[in-house]
Amino acid sequence: MWDALRVTSRIGSAAARIAVLVLVLLGLWALWEGYRALWEETGWTRPFRVNATTMPHLHDIVGALFDPLREGEPLLARFMLDAALFTAKEAAVGFAIGAAIGFLLGALIARFAVLQRGVMPYIIASQTIPILAIAPIVVVGLGNVSILGWTPKDWMRVAVIAAYLTFFPVTVNTVRGLRSADPAAVELMESYAAGEWAVFWKLRVPASLPYLFSAFKVAATASVVGAVIGELPSSIQSGLGGWIINFNQYYALDPENLWAVNLVAALLGISFFLVVVLVEKLVVHRPPEILV
Amino acid sequence: MSTSEAVVSARSISKTFGKGGVNALQDIDLEVGQGEFISLIGPSGCGKSTLLRVIGDLVEPSSGEILVNGKSAHRARLDRDYGIVFQAAVLYDWRTVAKNIALPLELMGYDRATRAGRVRELLHLMELDGFEKHYPWQLSGGMQQRVSIARALSFSPALLLMDEPFGALDEMTRERLNVELLRIWAELGSTVIFVTHSISEAVYLSTRVVVMSPRPGRITSVVPIDLPQPRTFETREDPRFFELVTQVREALHAGGAEL
Repeated sequence: MWDALRVTSRIGSAAARIAVLVLVLLGLWALWEGYRALWEETGWTRPFRVNATTMPHLHDIVGALFDPLREGEPLLARFMLDAALFTAKEAAVGFAIGAAIGFLLGALIARFAVLQRGVMPYIIASQTIPILAIAPIVVVGLGNVSILGWTPKDWMRVAVIAAYLTFFPVTVNTVRGLRSADPAAVELMESYAAGEWAVFWKLRVPASLPYLFSAFKVAATASVVGAVIGELPSSIQSGLGGWIINFNQYYALDPENLWAVNLVAALLGISFFLVVVLVEKLVVHRPPEILV
Repeated sequence: MSTSEAVVSARSISKTFGKGGVNALQDIDLEVGQGEFISLIGPSGCGKSTLLRVIGDLVEPSSGEILVNGKSAHRARLDRDYGIVFQAAVLYDWRTVAKNIALPLELMGYDRATRAGRVRELLHLMELDGFEKHYPWQLSGGMQQRVSIARALSFSPALLLMDEPFGALDEMTRERLNVELLRIWAELGSTVIFVTHSISEAVYLSTRVVVMSPRPGRITSVVPIDLPQPRTFETREDPRFFELVTQVREALHAGGAEL
């Protein structure tokens, strides 16, 4: 009886969520098209003149995905999928490297208070440098590196940029998270004569998980942005960044295409985010009000 | 009581916090025998929690000597002689009830089968059967504290140290857990040192009540409780119970406590 109720309420809440999603999408669509219609009707030119080039119809943008670029070629969506998967690989590897480095740095800073003052300023400084300035140096520079005759592949160099954007939020939240353990819980571990490693793995790390996952959510979307930007200076054609450059040059002719690739990039970032949310649901057990 | 069977033997323990700061404890002498149930009672700031932490080697005394089972408190902590229960249950949110109880056993390297068997016994002892897969935040405050006690008992420590374990619970839950605690104490023959604010709780539970007073924290008197065992709900209506409550209250007043 209760189980049945619970199941119905779960279905109910899922239905409600889908309804909200549909409403939000409809609202956004109405905003975009309404704005277009109003500005076109009145001929207002501020902040910019609205026409098919500056603001294509949303259905034209989505429609562009289902048109071939040239006669007889596959649909644009097909190319977009391949490009998204390529960029996803760079972003995922970058995320993994960045998260690992971020956690390690955070753990060291949380453990050795000296490092807070010694290292933290440089970590913060690293994030104030525009990523667009760093990307060519890293991506092009690493292309000339050879380790025993092995040169990092294109996508690996781009992954480094993704990692660069990923590690920072993870470091900051690792420090906070590892220090968030209840002092009474630490005392309890002491009373069991638990060693420092045991306190770390059985208390501090689990206590830090909600903080870590907050960082992972920020980092997941940042890693996609990092991967796209990393592709720009290196003339890597296989990812979304390559298509963005390409469609930029033809914007006056086919504005829908650039909007379409942006849409795909956004969807990729959202899927990264959702994967983190899903893993959090499976891994982190907390009172529901603590999880955001 | 001869010193040989003393579980805790404290000699002129003093503790000062900070430079020339607060005298939390001054010249504490205390002997606790095997199987005793000792309550430390006194107003806030009398050092009862500090004394408990000194015995448990969580706070180092400024001077004096403390022996637990004939060895230093530090040695006793490393030998895992203490089971501690705080006022807050301090359960790990990310562990189920069963895994919370098993935490000390895990740290002490017991194998999985031993842990599972021990957890089953404790769930039964604390009347938590059926809740092993629950998470702490799905339980009431009283049940959380029972899990915390089960965890403290899991490795059969020589000494149970309890710091106002029922202080945050309502009166009804508190009285029920008092009865359960006495049942377990009798069943396991453990030695308990129990910090409390409540005079009736101290009298009801203890074999001796140690009355402390603040500034500086010191023991002002020790009241032996000669109520018959086992104690039941009726014990609280026994005239002798009221006499002893009065005696402890007067001892607190004599010590300068403003009640």
